[in-house]
Amino acid sequence: MDKRSVYLDHQTTTPVLEEVLQSMLPYFREAYGSPSSLHRYGLQVREGLKEARQRLAALINAESEEDLIFTSGGTEAANLALKGFAEANHRKGNHFVISAIEHPSVMNSIEYLTKHGFEVTSVPVDAVGRINPEDIRNAITDKTILVAVHLVNHDIGTIQPVKEIGRITAEKGVALYADATAAAGWMPIDVRDLGVQLLTFSPHRFYGPKGVGVLYRNRRARVTSLIHGGVQENGRRAGTENVPAIIGAGVAAEVALRDSSEWVAHVASLQKRLYTGLWKNIRYIKLNGPEPGPLRICNQLNLSTEFIEGEGQLLLLDYQGIAVASGSSCVSKSLKVSHVLSAIKLDHALAQGNIIMSLGKDNTSEDVDYVLDTFPKIVDKLRNMSPMWKEFEEGVIDSVISPTGHGKSFTQHAADISGKPAH
Amino acid sequence: MKDTKEYTLYNDTVMDHFLNPRNMGDVQEADGVGEVGAAACGDIMKISLKIREGKIEDARFKTFGCGSAIASSSMATELIKGRTLEEAKNFSNQEVVDALGGLPPVKIHCSVLAEEALKAAIEDYEAKQAAQSSKSADLVSA
Repeated sequence: MDKRSVYLDHQTTTPVLEEVLQSMLPYFREAYGSPSSLHRYGLQVREGLKEARQRLAALINAESEEDLIFTSGGTEAANLALKGFAEANHRKGNHFVISAIEHPSVMNSIEYLTKHGFEVTSVPVDAVGRINPEDIRNAITDKTILVAVHLVNHDIGTIQPVKEIGRITAEKGVALYADATAAAGWMPIDVRDLGVQLLTFSPHRFYGPKGVGVLYRNRRARVTSLIHGGVQENGRRAGTENVPAIIGAGVAAEVALRDSSEWVAHVASLQKRLYTGLWKNIRYIKLNGPEPGPLRICNQLNLSTEFIEGEGQLLLLDYQGIAVASGSSCVSKSLKVSHVLSAIKLDHALAQGNIIMSLGKDNTSEDVDYVLDTFPKIVDKLRNMSPMWKEFEEGVIDSVISPTGHGKSFTQHAADISGKPAH
Repeated sequence: MKDTKEYTLYNDTVMDHFLNPRNMGDVQEADGVGEVGAAACGDIMKISLKIREGKIEDARFKTFGCGSAIASSSMATELIKGRTLEEAKNFSNQEVVDALGGLPPVKIHCSVLAEEALKAAIEDYEAKQAAQSSKSADLVSA
């Protein structure tokens, strides 16, 4: 098979749609005014901004476009949702409830808040990364001001029972924030149906531009500004708006609302083809997160291939033109495996051999077949190079995925030869 | 902007040793074998040696680890072949880093792992030698 270029990292970012790009271009040189200005240049841009806000509000079924605040990206939106809400509501309480597998933008914002007088309870997840709503209920105290969970996990694709959690927070009179970054554009989102007061997402995950994020907050949730300056975004986020990006984000939202069911049907069929093919062609491979279906987002697979490490897989795939991500410690700048994989109690050896393939609307079944042809060869090459594979064949170490009952665990073996636990 | 095909995570030398590793495998009837693990990241490296008249005649590696760990073990085995045991005992990871034309700071520990695997293999050889000479001493005294 010829070398192809197959981008399988759509969960990280996507290219902008042609109509998104075209919608943005006039806002660089023709409609270049600032929406805060009172002259016609400003008014022209203000109108474009309002339209974008309406389109983005429609994507999540917000009551009003006034409930949306534009930020520099999903991370800033999450920071504003959490720190802004904490500051505005600290007189009511100082306690947050989150899950153990939130995105770093949530985890690290919360960690920051715990250094400034706030407290957090992090609820565990099950083996496929699902939050149990009853755990959330039990973690809520009379000091709790906010529950923060995600709609879809960024790492293992688990869809969370946010609506059920929303019933609990409503009953308890606590606000609910949902990070919808890995969900927006790839599943329907209805903030009213979910019962969330705060929600964030990032248009570059569904063919919009980078440099813009969205915080939805309904009028019952007060948020204090983090960036101080002028009175843009009704005083909740100072600084001249990134107008071209916001315009593009609006168009991306409009297209997503129109075409998303088509995208979803297409990528879900590719997801199934990839899943079936990989498991047919490769032994000792494990899916992290739920099986493709109602509990898993349609556009990605997170897999662990035993006896080999993830960065090597990523590099060899890249060399063959296939772009993927990995949660292996070797890929992380901190040398730690993904906290999501730790939270689902994935064996360290399997966490090390982890890669994430995320599909987009432009991937084809030929792309998937190319991966199915290429990846098994890469696995063979790396297993040939790995001391673990031979030691497994000789019965020195055992497989975690399909134990034979012979040999010690990888983790034990790694500890024996390094004198310290492998992780 | 260059084409995406022009970009690689590591420099050309590291990529070459990762894509076309030298000395990959196990020395048959090895005289010394060292297998070490990195507590920091979980990588594992194994080096096996053939030693003749105090010299490293052959060196092979197997590695469970990232691109730079594989490249480091490939380069380390390449460098130490033909060296005397005394020279090999003074082998430093810096030599691997230099020969590879540098590694990212977060990946320097991969080259340390190669140095450790080599030294573990030499220790294994020397321990076997010592066991053998005490065994032959036992035979003589018996």
